[in-house]
Parts: sequence; structure tokens; C-alpha cells
Amino acid sequence: MAAAISAFENGARDILLLERDQYLGGILNQCIHTGFGINYFKEVLTGPEYADRFIKKIKAIPEIEISLKSFVVKLTKNNVITYLKPGSLEEVKAKAIIMATGARERTREMVHIAGTRPSGIFSAGLAQKLINIEGLLPGKEVVIIGSGDIGLIMARRFVLEGAKVKGVIEIERRTRGLARNVVQCIEDFDIPFYLSHKVSKIHGKDRVEAVEVVRVNEGLNEVPDSKFKIECDTVLISVGLIPENELIEMAGVELDRKTNSPVSGELNKTSIPGLFVCGNAFKIYDIVDSVSKDSSLAGRRAVEHIAGQA
Amino acid sequence: MTKNLICIECPVSCILSVDIENCRVVKVKGNKCPKGEEYAKAEMENPVRILTSTVLSKGLSLKMVPVRTDKPIPKAKIQDAMNEIRKIRTEKSVHPGDIIIENFLGFGVNLVATREVSK
Ligand SMILES: Cc1cc2nc3c(=O)[nH]c(=O)nc-3n(C[C@H](O)[C@H](O)[C@H](O)COP(=O)(O)OP(=O)(O)OC[C@H]3O[C@@H](n4cnc5c(N)ncnc54)[C@H](O)[C@@H]3O)c2cc1C
Ligand code: SF4
Repeated sequence: MAAAISAFENGARDILLLERDQYLGGILNQCIHTGFGINYFKEVLTGPEYADRFIKKIKAIPEIEISLKSFVVKLTKNNVITYLKPGSLEEVKAKAIIMATGARERTREMVHIAGTRPSGIFSAGLAQKLINIEGLLPGKEVVIIGSGDIGLIMARRFVLEGAKVKGVIEIERRTRGLARNVVQCIEDFDIPFYLSHKVSKIHGKDRVEAVEVVRVNEGLNEVPDSKFKIECDTVLISVGLIPENELIEMAGVELDRKTNSPVSGELNKTSIPGLFVCGNAFKIYDIVDSVSKDSSLAGRRAVEHIAGQA
Repeated sequence: MTKNLICIECPVSCILSVDIENCRVVKVKGNKCPKGEEYAKAEMENPVRILTSTVLSKGLSLKMVPVRTDKPIPKAKIQDAMNEIRKIRTEKSVHPGDIIIENFLGFGVNLVATREVSK
């Protein structure tokens, strides 16, 4: 939305915004906690409130056509985009395209945890969606792997909903999240926080029954005789996000193998002229205020590209 | 007595060093802006938090309506507030900022919706 609004403000008049969901706002809709907007709006907002500011603004600009339930399935290097809408398959050619497809969560496979594959293992973002959007509590006794902001925020959310969070396990010596989230999500609720520890195994037949936790040294190797068990029925995995960039990869954009970000000399640019990427798809951001700010630049760059072609 | 605190008012997360005499904050250091001092005082004397959660809806486009307290409430009352939030059912369409419950639990704050939810 920030990129589309900025493209309009910089002179573009024929703008199409495609969103696969039935609502605008992306991940912000499930981030119901406060912590958004201090830099951009100088106010403490929740995710949905932050999104709403942009939704109001974008709906007031008739030159931006908003197409919901529109799932982009293909992108080519000459900027032809194909998307599925209920009942039809559409194709458009654009003078410039900005991809703001966000990020997906890293999974258990990416962190290598041994053991069985019972039910009760969720990514933190999925658990967030289940609780905040669907109104379902995924479990009663929870262990959280990883102390990024999403893991910390979800620790508090589970406690508020009446579950017991039996530990947050972080392999590094320091949290990956913001210090403020350690204070208001972990310390406020006396949740056990194990730094320099890792989950070495998940136990359980049909449902998770326990995790095995072990201390690690500076080289991240297991410390002998430091194993202990925590009984739980749910494990949340919160080990970070990776940019969602399958579509631009299909179009031939070069991606950094490690980060999944486009290989790029400059913010928001890709190896294909006229194809821009912004937000979490370009690189993982901690705060949405910076996403909006940088995405505005993507809008301007797209307009400059079109002007340069004319 | 000196206590170290992390300010939670913004993502900068300043480390505050707070001088306390007779349960009163006399000096705050380490804050990069005035909000840090206010936070330290409140944290030592009466810690407060904004509470966010969801309320179950009836007959609306979304099953859960996200809500917040429009001002912070005492930290010690958060579980009481959650117990109350769990009992609420809301049937009216709301815009962000619309009041769901006025003077929530007598705290002098309103429980407000944070997302547009229609019938
Ligand atoms: C759990 C969590 C907690 C966070 N907490 C904070 C916080 O406290 N404070 C803060 O400032 N920031 C926070 N952030 C970070 C911030 O919210 C995000 O960085 C930001 O919202 C990302 O915006 P985005 O537009 O890049 O991605 P997203 O919000 O993920 O948007 C991507 C959009 O693209 C759509 N899409 C994807 N693929 C397609 C396709 N093929 N076709 C059509 N549409 C598609 C998706 O449906 C989605 O709407 C948090 C993030 C998470 C995940
Ligand atoms: S003191 Fe000011 S700048 Fe520092 S964390 Fe608090 S609000 Fe932010």
C-alpha cells in the first residue's frame, strides 16, 4: 500500500494493487499487539490500526485499483503478470512492477530437530493466526523455540489466553528480538527464558509430550550432562522469516542463496529493470515503519523508471 | 538504590538507570527522550501496560475482533482484564477506535476495536 500510494504521489495514474487475501494489510492483521507506528505516525498503534491508516488513504485514491482475492501465479521478465481471481485468470502487462509479497517462516526442517513428528508443532506465525484471527488456542502447555519478536509476542499471547508457557529456548547468548519485547512479554509474566540452550529432541506419539533441552557452549556445541526434559503439549517454532520471492525467481531475478533476497546494488532494485521489490520480500525488517518508508521509495523508483522509458 | 530498566516505550529500548530513594524515583539516566523518564517513574511506582487481545463476535464478518485498551491499565490487573474480555460477545459493526466497553472494569480506560469489522 505504501508503494502504491507513493507511486500515485509521484505521478503514476494507472495503478493496480493485487492482494490474494480478502482483506488489505498483510501480516499486520494478525499482529494485534502494540508496537507499530512510533516512527511513522508518532503514535503507538496495533498492527490492524497501522494497516487501517493506509487502507483509508489508499481507498481515497480512485486511480489505484484494488483487486482482492487475486493470487499472482506468474511473472515474466518483460513484466507480464498473471493472476487468478475467483472465476478467471487475468494477465496484465505493466510498465513497472513492485513486488511486496512479504516473507514466510523458517520451518523445523531448516533448524534440524530430531525426534518424532507428532501433532502440536506450529510455526509461531501460524499460532498467531489461529489465536488472533480464528479464535483457536493451539495448546495448553507450550515451549517456544527461538526468541525472535514473533516468539516473544506469542509467549505473552498464550499466557494471556490461559495457557502455560514453560520456556522460551534460544540457542544464542542473546535474544534475537527487541529488548522491549523481552521485558513486556517474558519478564512481565515470569516465563522461563533459556539463553544458550537448544531443543535437541521432540518427544510424543500422536501429540507432543515433551521436549529435550540441552545447554550449548560458545561454539554452539552441546554441553555434556546438561540435558533436561520439559513436558508440554505444544511446540512453537520461531526461528525467523525468509523473503518470499518465488515469483521474481521465476522471472529470472538473481537471489542471494543464503538470505533469499534479490541480489541488488540498491534498495528495492532487482537485476531486471522495471521490476522492484519492497518490504519483507526485499529484506527482513524488524519494524513496519521502516517497511513503509522504504516502500515509498520503491513507488518513486518505479515512476522514475517509467519516465526514463518514455 | 540504583536499578537498571529497559524502556519499552519505543524500539530503541534504552537502558535506564534509575535512582530510587524511599520508594520514589529521584533521578533517571540513560533515556534518549523524556518518555523514558515517565516510563521509569511509572514502572517503579505503578507499572502499567496497554492490553491487546481479541473479543469473540456474533454474526460479524470476522470471528474475532481485535481490541486494545485506549490507555494503559495497571500491570497487576491484566489477568482480571483478560477474564473479563473472554466473557464479551460483540454484535455491532465497528471501526478502529470504536468503543466496545466504556470505562472498562472501572479503570478509566475504554476497550476499543482496532480493526474494521462489518456485519
Ligand atoms: C508476528 C510478527 C510480529 C511483528 N511485530 C512487529 C512490531 O511489534 N512492530 C513492528 O513495527 N513490526 C513488527 N513486525 C514486522 C512488520 O509487521 C512486517 O515487517 C511488515 O508488516 C511486513 O510487511 P510486508 O508488506 O513486507 O509483508 P506482508 O505483510 O507479509 O504482506 C505481503 C502481502 O503480499 C500478499 N501476497 C504474497 N504473495 C502473493 C501473491 N502471489 N499474490 C498476491 N498477493 C500475495 C500477502 O497476502 C500479503 O498480504 C512483526 C512481524 C511479524 C510477522
Ligand atoms: S527513552 Fe525514549 S528513545 Fe529511549 S526507549 Fe524510551 S521512548 Fe525510546
